[in-house]
Amino acid sequence: MKQKRKAFSGIGQLIIPLVALSLLILFNLFRDPGFFSIGVAVNSSGNKVLSGNLISVIDSASELAIISMGMTLVTAACGGQDISVGAVGSIAGAVFVKVLLGASSINGGIVVLGIIACCLATIAFKLFNGALVAVFRIQPMIATLILYSCGRSIAYWISGSATPQLNSPIISAMGMTIPGIPVPTPIFAVILVGLLLALLFKLTNTSLYTQTVGINQGAARLNGINPILIKLLSFVILGVCVAVAAVIGVCRMGNLSHKTLLVDIEMDAILAVAIGGNNLGGGKFRISGSILGAYIIQMLTTTLYAMNVPPVNVKAYKAVVIVIIVVAGSPVVKSKVTAMWNRLRSGGSTAAVQKGVRG
Amino acid sequence: MQNDAVLTMRGICKRFPGTMALNHVDFTLRKGEIHALMGENGAGKSTLIKVLDAQNAGISTVYQEITLCPNLTVAENMFIGRDPGKSVHWKEYEKRAAAILDGLGIPARPRQELSRCSLAVQQMVAIARAVDMKCKVLILDEPTSSLDEKEVEMLFKLMRDLRARGVGIIFVTHFLEQVYEVSDRITVLRNGELVGEYAVADLPQVELVAKMMGKDLNDLADLEQVGQKSLGGQEVVYDARGLSSSESRPFDFSIRCGEVNGFTGLLGSGRSESVRAVFGADRVTGGKVQIKGKTVKISKPHDAMTHGIGYLPEDRKRDGIIADLSVRENIILALQVMKGFFHPMSRSQMEKFADEYIQALQIKTASQDTPIKSLSGGNQQKVILARWLLTHPDYLILDEPTRGIDVGTKLEIQKLVLKLAEENMSVTFISSEIEEMLRVCSRLIVMRDRKIVGELSGDDLTQGHVMKTIAGGEQ
Repeated sequence: MKQKRKAFSGIGQLIIPLVALSLLILFNLFRDPGFFSIGVAVNSSGNKVLSGNLISVIDSASELAIISMGMTLVTAACGGQDISVGAVGSIAGAVFVKVLLGASSINGGIVVLGIIACCLATIAFKLFNGALVAVFRIQPMIATLILYSCGRSIAYWISGSATPQLNSPIISAMGMTIPGIPVPTPIFAVILVGLLLALLFKLTNTSLYTQTVGINQGAARLNGINPILIKLLSFVILGVCVAVAAVIGVCRMGNLSHKTLLVDIEMDAILAVAIGGNNLGGGKFRISGSILGAYIIQMLTTTLYAMNVPPVNVKAYKAVVIVIIVVAGSPVVKSKVTAMWNRLRSGGSTAAVQKGVRG
Repeated sequence: MQNDAVLTMRGICKRFPGTMALNHVDFTLRKGEIHALMGENGAGKSTLIKVLDAQNAGISTVYQEITLCPNLTVAENMFIGRDPGKSVHWKEYEKRAAAILDGLGIPARPRQELSRCSLAVQQMVAIARAVDMKCKVLILDEPTSSLDEKEVEMLFKLMRDLRARGVGIIFVTHFLEQVYEVSDRITVLRNGELVGEYAVADLPQVELVAKMMGKDLNDLADLEQVGQKSLGGQEVVYDARGLSSSESRPFDFSIRCGEVNGFTGLLGSGRSESVRAVFGADRVTGGKVQIKGKTVKISKPHDAMTHGIGYLPEDRKRDGIIADLSVRENIILALQVMKGFFHPMSRSQMEKFADEYIQALQIKTASQDTPIKSLSGGNQQKVILARWLLTHPDYLILDEPTRGIDVGTKLEIQKLVLKLAEENMSVTFISSEIEEMLRVCSRLIVMRDRKIVGELSGDDLTQGHVMKTIAGGEQ
């Protein structure tokens, strides 16, 4: 019994997103068995690359997946969401492009410098957000509304022109594929960010402290944790995620469009966190859930496009499916389903367990 | 016999989920009397008042926090919402307001903005509003808690005037002296039940305290010991001079190695605030602290922890448990924080510690992974206790460690405290139950109205002495 509970509690949160993803896959298999076929094609730069809907889904969800990871931490620590990630991403893109165009030619060194500058910029802006939230106790949505509304203007002000172009094999290798490697580069970026976060959780107490602060800030303080630092840390991590996503976005397009870079990604990121079964009120979290959520959202979009749904209608169909997923994961439905499940599974034994817990 | 009663309540019951807030309470208020309603927090005073207030029959209530609009004038506050639907004649209202204020001797002008009046005057305006509504019953809920001495006198004069006019006043306060200054009768509640109704002259202050705490002064036999009390060694582990925080007044306090002492006093007397100041839980505003003779600065909980102090907070649900986290995470939390952000314990180490303390304190839980919120109150408390024991503190502060838990667990915790003291740990123990304090503490610091008013040890440690010190005065 003990073992069973353990195994069960581990993935409990992931059941809804996993079921949703499986249903989407099944639906697509019925609709078009060829949906998941993976082929090899030659892209515009002349590289051999993997192609197909599945690759396209995983590739295009990269920015969203990366930002969702950071959003999960901010949500867990602060009990609220950052709605300025898209706008700050646009600033990050502008900084990146500014550094690259400022150099005489684009080489590896200057790209690294650009990425560092880009990270510093996002961290600075996120510390601003974080200070408003952690020190001044302003609701995250309000605190980030400021940059949400003015971020893209700042980006335009930094870049100084409408759409500066970046033409370099390094840029296309970062945004699409590296010659000789058939897998799109952004996918590696997701893996890298994921691994770095896993390492951070392994080597520090980020996870325990973040959850403690998110669940009970006062008690966290009485146990010697500094809630302000933990909240700031979550914003810093989100800042790095935004910088990486912005660099991918810029490299993918080969230019900077301050109006469309990472546009509306904040809402999708919040949604990914929610679909992943994380409590938007803060506390316990699971990064893997949010990553799954990001891929579900992208899979849904790609599916709708594959069904030739006109782009204007895509959002409406998406909304319907998302409402279903979110309701299925709601506490009310969850408790009803759990109760039904318990009744199905020879009611007696589970009742005994419940009693034992309280005893 | 009670034809002069303006209000009679019989067999009032009020149930909240999980508790019986009022259990068959009787209450009678006579014409022209000031009737003190007494009881500790949670005794049912507020519930009784709210039940009364809901009747809407010539009853007016003035709450502790002013419920008027500070940005309106005095006259507007007195008459707003009185005759809905009718046209408002402010000129006339201002005249009437002036007359009432004058009649009651309230130093305020009708056109004055309320926020420009002192708190006492605002309080009185609220009373004036009630009086003009021809109320027969006036309820004053902790009206004096934010007033200074002079203002209290003003308020008392107004109360006596109203009494002379035949208004029945229910006076709720936790200041014992004030009860004896203005009241005629006292009704005591305890745990939602009526203890009794008394004339002020028949109930000495010390007996009032005994009744509020549920003791009978004639029945103060010595208590059975759960173990040998520890007087402690000579070394002073913790010493504070003039320590003060945002919530507590400056006080001196020290504890020796292996000593068990306690803060006692009625709820709200400042005992929890004092230990919170020791642990740095509230903002520390002054004082000198020495740990084992060395001067240290403790301004936040983390400082206290690194100096070997542990603190089990009074409100387990609000300040103690991390509800959604597992029993294991709740146990290792404080130790993990002390080890530092960059030194996470291994999973197996955490499991070992958790198992060790689940066994040692006999915590009843399905597994280490069970969220602490699904444990019973007593077992949650044991988890928090385990959390601090695991840090092996030199000095452990336990604020109400036995509140709301069953008798068996209470005894276990008392025994544990004595055992820890034997192992040279210093413990400060706070409890609302005096018996419990007498069982484990070798020294009691008595507080009243946020001040230390006495210290008892040795032969003075009897219920009678403690209550007399809490009550104060000559009685």
